[in-house]
Amino acid sequence: MHILDSVDAGSFRDNVPDFRAGDTVNVHVNIIEGKNTRVQIFKGFVVGRQGDGIRETFTVRKVSFGVGVERTFPVHSPVLDKIEVVSKGDVRRAKLYYMRELRGKAAKIKEKRDPKTVK
Amino acid sequence: MSTSLTRQVKGLLGIKLGMTQVWDENNVLIPVTVVQADSNVITQLLSADKDGYTAVQIGFGQIDPRKVTKPLAGHFEKAGVTPRRHVVELRTSDAESYSLGQELSVEMFEAGQTVDVIGTTKGKGFAGVMKRHGFHGVGASHGAHKNHRKPGSIGGASTPSRVFRGMKMAGRMGAVRQTTLNLRVHAVDAEKSLLLIKGAVPGARGQVVLVRTAVKGA
Repeated sequence: MHILDSVDAGSFRDNVPDFRAGDTVNVHVNIIEGKNTRVQIFKGFVVGRQGDGIRETFTVRKVSFGVGVERTFPVHSPVLDKIEVVSKGDVRRAKLYYMRELRGKAAKIKEKRDPKTVK
Repeated sequence: MSTSLTRQVKGLLGIKLGMTQVWDENNVLIPVTVVQADSNVITQLLSADKDGYTAVQIGFGQIDPRKVTKPLAGHFEKAGVTPRRHVVELRTSDAESYSLGQELSVEMFEAGQTVDVIGTTKGKGFAGVMKRHGFHGVGASHGAHKNHRKPGSIGGASTPSRVFRGMKMAGRMGAVRQTTLNLRVHAVDAEKSLLLIKGAVPGARGQVVLVRTAVKGA
């Protein structure tokens, strides 16, 4: 219990799924265009989760038209509509920075097919 | 001493609890410092006739009543309040509008208002000129010999054959009173007596700071 937990308590979101580095996720981002809001989906694998508590962020990487794109989101950001876990990845690292150097077939993450962890 | 002060200043003493972050209504992440300002009371009213200037004295913080000296105990008794650990005087023209022993709450501030925060900065110990005064130091290479963080020349030789007073040198840094001007109040939590102030305020966590209405326009 930290001193400022009561201040942070109001900002946490309750629909954060269980995900970790290597998982493929669909991040639903609310985008405001003038008066309209729409949802944009950013699909990629999770490079890692950083920080703790209300300050926790996660980085998602995808390759778009041959160019690597990474976006970092605060886990509890109200900008996120929801985080959807598409598949779990079988990785041995908490941070997948090595994936930035890999191209093509080498840049694939093996899917984790454990009945206990895959819903 | 001038008595022509016309500014109405409101202020509170509080404890800096630390920093965190919150999202505003536009979903923008705001870094905030949380200040807990409970148990503030008016301990003395100063008037122009008696004291030469108008001000209010604010007491804050718990203290064991046995530790309070007799003169101070009498001072608090006069105001009809239990003794407080910290006392500060705030010059304001509307001192008559307060009453002795009145409790002050964080609701005197509202979200969006600008405030000044006064506190004692963290002590940095004996610091060199690069840290203390922002000097650039000496080159890292090109034959610089153990000079990297030194100040360089501190003046002429035979003229003036002394070092000018006030020359910036290494020395004790920090642990001085500092006023940070025009910070914005992000939110006020009256229930828990918390002020959420955008940005950083002087001092370490757990330190007493004075929050007052901004005295300079921005």
